[in-house]
Amino acid sequence: MTVLVESKALRKTFGPIVAVDDISLSVRRGEVLGFLGPNGAGKSTTMKMITGFLEPDHGTSAICGIDVQNHPKAAKRKLGYLPEGAPLYAEMTPRAFLSFIAAVRGIDGKEREARVADAIEKTRIHSVLDQRIETLSKGYKRRVGLAQAVLHDPPVLIMDEPTDGLDPNQKHHVRNLIKDMAAEKAIVVSTHILEEVEAVCTRAVVITKGRIVADGTAEDLMRRVPYHGAVAIRISERHAKAAISVLSALDLIARVETLEKANSHVALRAIPKNGKTIATDVASLLREKELPIEELFVERGKLDDVFRQITTTEGAQDA
Amino acid sequence: MPEMLRATAVIAKREFVAYFATPLAAVFLTIFVALTGAFAFYVGQFFERGQADLSSFFAYQPWLFLLLVPAIAMRLWAEERKSGTIELLMTLPISPWEAVVGKFLAAWAFIGLALILTFPMWITVNVLGEPDNGVILTSYLGSFLMAGAFLAIGSFVSALTKNQVIAFILAATICFLFVMSGVDLVQNALRAWAPGIVSAAVASLSFLTHFQQIARGVVEAPTIILFVSLIVFALFATVIAIDQKKAA
Repeated sequence: MTVLVESKALRKTFGPIVAVDDISLSVRRGEVLGFLGPNGAGKSTTMKMITGFLEPDHGTSAICGIDVQNHPKAAKRKLGYLPEGAPLYAEMTPRAFLSFIAAVRGIDGKEREARVADAIEKTRIHSVLDQRIETLSKGYKRRVGLAQAVLHDPPVLIMDEPTDGLDPNQKHHVRNLIKDMAAEKAIVVSTHILEEVEAVCTRAVVITKGRIVADGTAEDLMRRVPYHGAVAIRISERHAKAAISVLSALDLIARVETLEKANSHVALRAIPKNGKTIATDVASLLREKELPIEELFVERGKLDDVFRQITTTEGAQDA
Repeated sequence: MPEMLRATAVIAKREFVAYFATPLAAVFLTIFVALTGAFAFYVGQFFERGQADLSSFFAYQPWLFLLLVPAIAMRLWAEERKSGTIELLMTLPISPWEAVVGKFLAAWAFIGLALILTFPMWITVNVLGEPDNGVILTSYLGSFLMAGAFLAIGSFVSALTKNQVIAFILAATICFLFVMSGVDLVQNALRAWAPGIVSAAVASLSFLTHFQQIARGVVEAPTIILFVSLIVFALFATVIAIDQKKAA
């Protein structure tokens, strides 16, 4: 796979504040990189440097192998960018706006009509084409911003919080749009909605205080949660003790926790040793011992927890 | 069309159309035309002078421009910064020069349109007498050139801030100093400490002195050089300002 976005050792300070501190990233064609981090972690600043809007104090960034500082025009031709907050010319209509963007990009005549129509189709903004952008809802504005970014079918697409302000249906639609384009492009999406990372991203990078603190698939990240892959069981109170002792004896299991008691039932959580898969073993063991279970499911780590864990503990180490 | 011209033209066109998307264009054009007329007739005593020329009309233009051109210029870049569209614009495949020149040309064309809309003055004077239309045309062109210089200064100031009010006040003040640089107010402040050559140099920048020539229909090389070089220099400064300080 070809590397389409290559940033090396980016650093940016604003006065005494170090916004981005030595971030290197490379994104290949076919990858959707989720860029995660708390507010103020440096996500937007990093994206602004990747797109060539801000000049880094140190480091380089290239789009399709073209350095954005040395050859900004050529690099920007390969790039679609949705800036934070989707800024748009408020007094224009989406139709005029998209036509303007196409013209600036040197797309003329029939080609322009086709590209604009395609972007409108992809982002479903037919119904508002002739309204002024300032009168549109937040969701429509965001989609006009998206339409602008995908208009010229760029090999690299960088989007700063593309689903911010959209309702669940619209979010779903935008995610599908991203997935549909993913195979052909290198896409970077910043977000603080973690389900989005699971839904669309092939890789997640977490930054905090301007530094990368995690880089991997959503699955990799979730493995950091201690009870990822744990088996939760609900069992009647009178069998609980037996179940605990049986499960604790199992080799695969590190320990069994008692979570809560309610309506004469107990919820237990069996935590596996070093990420082993234990569901089948737990189920057959309990059946063998004739312990009737009400409920059994495999717990998945929540990205939220990973996020909190990574961004707060790393931050604490810094301090 | 060469690449640079194409992008500049696209940006200029968008910007020019944008004036008419809001009441700004209507308000500005009406007030400009009304004020130029009012100054010419009442303050300039167009009728009382009993001369078939437009010098009473042109004489007050530096003062009108002083107020109205910064009002046009203030939004050029400050608004882009404020709304964040500068990020959109500067990540499109265009150079800062193309954006700066495109926006400047749009605003200049808009002021050109305002000047054209004062044509009833020209008709009036032609109905009433037989003016030298060559002089009038020269004065119009000179006036347009001076407006360009005001505008370029305003463009630079607008690029420094996201606050349009600040942009307006700073631009109006700087333009005021240029207009007045030949007048005692400025000259006395300089003569007190600067060598004669400095005060003479500053006086030579005076828009008022140059424009008095323009109003008489005389546009000489030093006047053209002054305004054109001011435009080029101020636009260059705008490009630097945009390039250096992109983030809000």
